[in-house]
Amino acid sequence: MSVTTLSSPALAQRQPNWLVRLFDYKPFLVVMCLAPAIGLLAVFLTYPLGLGIWLAFTDTTIGRKGEFIGLENFQYLLTDSLWWNAVFYSVVYTGIATFGKFALGFWLALLLNNHFPFKSLLRAIILLPWIVPTVLSALAFWWIYDPQFSIISYLLVDVLHWRTSNVDFLGSPWPARFSLIAANIWRGIPFVAISLLAGLQTISPSLYEAAMLDGASAWQRFRYITFPMMMPILAIVMTFSIIFTFTDFQLVYAITRGGPGNSTHLLATLAFQRGIAGGELGEGAAIAVSMIPFLVFATLFSYFGLARRKWQQGEAND
Amino acid sequence: MTDTVAPPSAVADSKAAPDTMAWDSGLRRLMMIYLPLGCFVLILLFPFYWMAITSFKPNAELMNYKEHNPFWITSPTLAHIKHLLFDTAYPRWLWTTMLVAVGATTLSLVASTLAAYAIERLRFRGSPYVGLGIYLAYLVPPSILFIPLATVVVQFGLFDSPLALILVYPTFLVPFCTWLLIGYFKSIPYELEECALVDGATRLQILRRITLPLAVPGLISAGIFSFTLSWNEFIYALAFIQSGANKTVPVAILTELVTGDVYQWGALMAGSLLGSLPVALFYSLFVDYYVSSLTGAVKE
Repeated sequence: MSVTTLSSPALAQRQPNWLVRLFDYKPFLVVMCLAPAIGLLAVFLTYPLGLGIWLAFTDTTIGRKGEFIGLENFQYLLTDSLWWNAVFYSVVYTGIATFGKFALGFWLALLLNNHFPFKSLLRAIILLPWIVPTVLSALAFWWIYDPQFSIISYLLVDVLHWRTSNVDFLGSPWPARFSLIAANIWRGIPFVAISLLAGLQTISPSLYEAAMLDGASAWQRFRYITFPMMMPILAIVMTFSIIFTFTDFQLVYAITRGGPGNSTHLLATLAFQRGIAGGELGEGAAIAVSMIPFLVFATLFSYFGLARRKWQQGEAND
Repeated sequence: MTDTVAPPSAVADSKAAPDTMAWDSGLRRLMMIYLPLGCFVLILLFPFYWMAITSFKPNAELMNYKEHNPFWITSPTLAHIKHLLFDTAYPRWLWTTMLVAVGATTLSLVASTLAAYAIERLRFRGSPYVGLGIYLAYLVPPSILFIPLATVVVQFGLFDSPLALILVYPTFLVPFCTWLLIGYFKSIPYELEECALVDGATRLQILRRITLPLAVPGLISAGIFSFTLSWNEFIYALAFIQSGANKTVPVAILTELVTGDVYQWGALMAGSLLGSLPVALFYSLFVDYYVSSLTGAVKE
């Protein structure tokens, strides 16, 4: 601050241009620098967020301005078995997929933390499922789950002879639900693994050496060094993962579109079906808004539940 | 596919790394590390292999597993790709997607560079709160926003226009890029800027001549990340674009190519493959930046 005030008079003598002086005036510069980002976020994020909450309390449809109807949308949702179904599946989907992603992702991160040749190449290859557009890899899964020409069925029936009939992946509710969860786990593993690998690499090897000298087993070293040291990064990655799994849309929309018999609707796909495809903007917005309490709860739970360990250890190892 | 399995088995019998522990015998290493690693790579890559091999298979082989080994092609064909490029609007969709991704990335980079510079370097009162606010914006998922955003887009008269996507994508790109760039700006010594100030440079000159050139790796990371995220975006593009010609690749494949009850798997997979290639190529050129931005953002 003091530096600016010192230098600007000197500058003004050499460059009398008022525009230059204006751009060196700090408050003006701050406003100018923040304007594009804040403006974009305010118009296309904050305003729609508020508008969405308002729409949830109206009976707006496409092409007709709605009126305020209070909690009617939400009362209707509470009696709607499809909404309950979507809530149920969203929770199941998020729970199982997050568990799978983190168990397998952590394992993969531990494997990648070893020394072996072509490590960076392997790391690059492993991230591919995360890079490629989700819808396009979802299409590949749709084809893998094809009732007639599924390659998995082919393997099980014609190569291994474990089954006599093709697996019906997407034709009935529970297999379809688990097929989607498997695809989600497949897509999520790389992100979790690479993020956790970065965390693993920050753990000082001297901790492991000390533990080995004390005679700690491999499991003990994992349980009492790796795991506690990974808690802070695990909390953050898990928070993100839960938020974006719970609000997932692409995978389900691409593979089943909520079918068979609406059994695989997530809240986001149900909101799309009612709000955009069905034109009931108010009701769709209410479904979208009904995700918020779950998200807040999941975020608080994963963040504080896991990050708590961090301040128990003290500030020093931040 | 064979290539990806080969390295683990090939290196397994080579000498163990010098810093491995005494109990780390070759066989144990094979069972505990290379075998699971091989399985992971196999499973993570299989859908892409399947996608690629399907797009070059003639329909006869595609639908007949009894006489043709499904894991291989006996007579590869370009028919699916030809169909895609000449009988559908695929080139047009690719072009739209490219336009939207480049536009949204440029817009987000400019906005977030300026914002990150203001928050990290101009240090006004309340700058940590602005930073926190931008971070929180990242936690708002598109699934909650797309319905009200659709009405906003209609209000602005941008419905069915790629411009709507260019303006909307920064909502999830700007928070990410800003946080990434704040981290990069932090790593540049402030003394450099002080020197320039003493020499009489204006703030904007400092940003352009000193800070930005030093933050180029951060800019590249943010750019690649933004590009792939906008290329992959689906829900906004699905909700805001209606006419077939203006669709982006992910939406168009799902809504325009999936027709009727008999799916053209060859064409669908060829479309997916071609739609994935630009991001995959782009990614492979800048892998290190990508990985560092991914892990850097998480660590922040």
